[in-house]
Amino acid sequence: MIARLLALLALAAAPAAAETVAVTNARLVTMGPDGTIERGTIVLRDGRIAAVGANVAAPADARVIDAGGRIVTPGLIAANTGLGLIAVRSVEAANDRAADMTGISAAFDAGDGLNPDSLLIPVARLGGITRAITTPAYDDSPGREMLFAGQAAAVALGGPMLVRRGVAMVLEMGDAGAERAGGARAAELVALRANLAEVRDYARRRAAYDRGETRDYSLSRADLEALVPVVEGRMPLLVSASRASDIRAILTLAREERLRIVLEGAAEGWRVADELVRANVPVLLTPVDNIPISFETLGATLDNARRLQAAGVLVAFQGNGNHRERELRYNAGNAVAVGLPWEQGLAAITINPARIFGLADRVGSLETGKDADLVIWDGDPLDTLGRPTAIFIRGEPQPMTSRQTLLRDRYMPSGGNQP
Amino acid sequence: MRRAAALLFLGALVGCAAGERPVAAPSAPAPLRAGLDASPDPYPSTYRPGPSQRLAIVGATVLTGTGAEIANGTVLLADGRIEAVGAGLPVPDGYQRIDGAGRWVTPGVIDAHSHVGIWSQPDSVEAHNDVNELTEPNTAEVWAEHSVWPQDPGFDTAREAGITTLQILPGSGNLFGGRTVTLRNVPAMSVQEMKFPGAPYGLKVACGENPKRVYGGRGRSPASGMGNVAGYRRAWIDAADYRRRWDSWRASGTGDPPRRDLELETLAGVLGGEILVQNHCYRADEMAIMIDVAREFGFRIRTFHHANEAYKIAPLLAREDICVATWTNWWGYKMEVFDAIEENAALVHEAGGCAIIHSDDPTVIQHLNQEAAAALSAGRRAGLDIDEAEAIRWITANPARALGISETTGTLEPGKRADVVLWSANPFSIYARAERVWIDGASVFDRRDPGYRRHSDFLVGQPGQELRP
Repeated sequence: MIARLLALLALAAAPAAAETVAVTNARLVTMGPDGTIERGTIVLRDGRIAAVGANVAAPADARVIDAGGRIVTPGLIAANTGLGLIAVRSVEAANDRAADMTGISAAFDAGDGLNPDSLLIPVARLGGITRAITTPAYDDSPGREMLFAGQAAAVALGGPMLVRRGVAMVLEMGDAGAERAGGARAAELVALRANLAEVRDYARRRAAYDRGETRDYSLSRADLEALVPVVEGRMPLLVSASRASDIRAILTLAREERLRIVLEGAAEGWRVADELVRANVPVLLTPVDNIPISFETLGATLDNARRLQAAGVLVAFQGNGNHRERELRYNAGNAVAVGLPWEQGLAAITINPARIFGLADRVGSLETGKDADLVIWDGDPLDTLGRPTAIFIRGEPQPMTSRQTLLRDRYMPSGGNQP
Repeated sequence: MRRAAALLFLGALVGCAAGERPVAAPSAPAPLRAGLDASPDPYPSTYRPGPSQRLAIVGATVLTGTGAEIANGTVLLADGRIEAVGAGLPVPDGYQRIDGAGRWVTPGVIDAHSHVGIWSQPDSVEAHNDVNELTEPNTAEVWAEHSVWPQDPGFDTAREAGITTLQILPGSGNLFGGRTVTLRNVPAMSVQEMKFPGAPYGLKVACGENPKRVYGGRGRSPASGMGNVAGYRRAWIDAADYRRRWDSWRASGTGDPPRRDLELETLAGVLGGEILVQNHCYRADEMAIMIDVAREFGFRIRTFHHANEAYKIAPLLAREDICVATWTNWWGYKMEVFDAIEENAALVHEAGGCAIIHSDDPTVIQHLNQEAAAALSAGRRAGLDIDEAEAIRWITANPARALGISETTGTLEPGKRADVVLWSANPFSIYARAERVWIDGASVFDRRDPGYRRHSDFLVGQPGQELRP
């Protein structure tokens, strides 16, 4: 029985038995050390990139796809999304991104409850997205004002969905965080430091905790356990903040508590760019966010991404949320429109998020040995007029349809179901 | 003396109104005192075009909004109007030349659906949420213009993206949300200075989930789709009766006039054809019902807004001459947008309908050209052969039609208002940016000129403003 289970597990873990594919005559924008190869070939074998270069020959057993000079990029990575946890935002049963149960905060794991059949996935994928960092969200029901939303998971949008749990711990600071801590930023910082002290105490005295010999902790055992990798600097805190002063406060906290930080939002990040560089803190932002939607984003500007990148900050972009994740590449295009170099725009949705979330050994660039995630485009991947013509995840060709394209086909003037 | 002037004033107003009503009998009642009869325009536009000079934009690719693309085009602007548009036109003496080489020119972008000014930035601040009068399912009596804050920084960011005209609508929480207002996107201290002269009012009507959720959640009607429709019908019956009472009083010329009712005045304006119905409605089946409601009470629906299932009934909407104002990328945030597809606008266009890309959002309003490009791209992927000269109508000529202002704006045709955008590149490219924007020939934005500081007082002295505009 156990042997059979183990065999099954082994089978599930084995790389998909994908056919060998060679994409030839491609403009390979590798986002790796090879840069852009104007005319080259990339070979996908056993789910991995077997070769990539200008002088690579297609293996005899490979199915050859002539790209006709088209652009081939790594699959795009949508960071900080509900993909896999949401079907319809307003339908409670179709939204698994947050829970209103008290006592589960940091322990909430986005890697549980993933639904690879979610209809959002093919829609995002047709926007060239092959991977995502799926994050939990907050449920702010009364009595559930928890500091941490929970743990993010790295997922694939084709094949086995869960790739890696615990790639970041999600924490909102700024206005929203202060609200949950009773209405003031200072209160959240006190609560946060107290929580971190508890976790350190717990980590040293687990046996004593089990014997009931420690002081009472405000966090549940599950939350304490989930935060241990954070206080040990093994798991980054994905911290949302926008205001320059909030960002500075977080940098101070990170220094004093020895935390790894990924900053999310960062509307006024450009105002503290040098400090972010010195602290080696990467930033995840939405480049089209340029309006002062709150008193913490008064300095929002389209120029944020360009300035941060020019200062030396590692920048990744996010899409416009869940159902609108396919706009990720348009967001990158908009940053390029105001002066970010094109390659940096593409890096911000491929290799940079891979680096930020510790996935660069597997994805984010077209390099030998990495997972064979790639997209063939019929135009500029950052422009609306360009679209994917083929998408591979771990070497597997992905369907070029979604529920939306199927609906469309029913109502095409030439279609068969015209009412 | 003062009394005489007041009477004259009143007489002038009533005189205006008479032209839009059944011809008065010789025994028509004497003009009523102020407040007892509806003024046709109690909050008149005080908009005045800014100073303009004669301009020639030379050598650009011009998308006219009439379906034409002109290479190496010249656009002449004079006296706030489009004077001429054509390939390689000679530039008359006395015109300032603007180099359009490598650039593109389009009509000013028009957003048919915006809440800028009534849900102002910072929009997370409760005091800035003036968009829904959620106190009764029928608030036809409220007017969006009475919520407009001209200092909303959202007007500025929209102008910098080429938006020259926009319709501001009340929200969709009520069956009847109130009157819409169409604005010129110019810096102003009052909403009157922004009101588009002569633009008809709209009435915001909402189908579907929002009204039934808001009022059903309070244990009152409407709590269902059928409750929604009963609510519309009850209101139209009242409006028809109100209109009859006024008509009959005017015809008889005797007795006390009916008492004015702000709510019914607006609805009666729809029945009289002066106010255009702007109907938030997502689902195909609900749009079909609304078409019948309109037929039952003898009015027309000008535009279905959002209308994400328009593609399912595109031929019907084309036949009924109802515009469809929609997004490209929004879907799935509630059940009634579950079937939204990227090709919606392209399929409406293909059926011969009036397709519009709208924003409903202070960020999307800055990217209407990109939304249109995504819609065009989706249509082409589906095999629909639509060119850019046609698709530009989705954000120019067609919204002008939906707002009832197509006589004077929305295309680059001689005699029309000189509402013009000069783009750095093809506006269907994600890299294109509005470089210059003119409204009635007056320059309202120039990306290279720091003199075009943002208008909004709100951001003055605030942190982080050194990068603007």
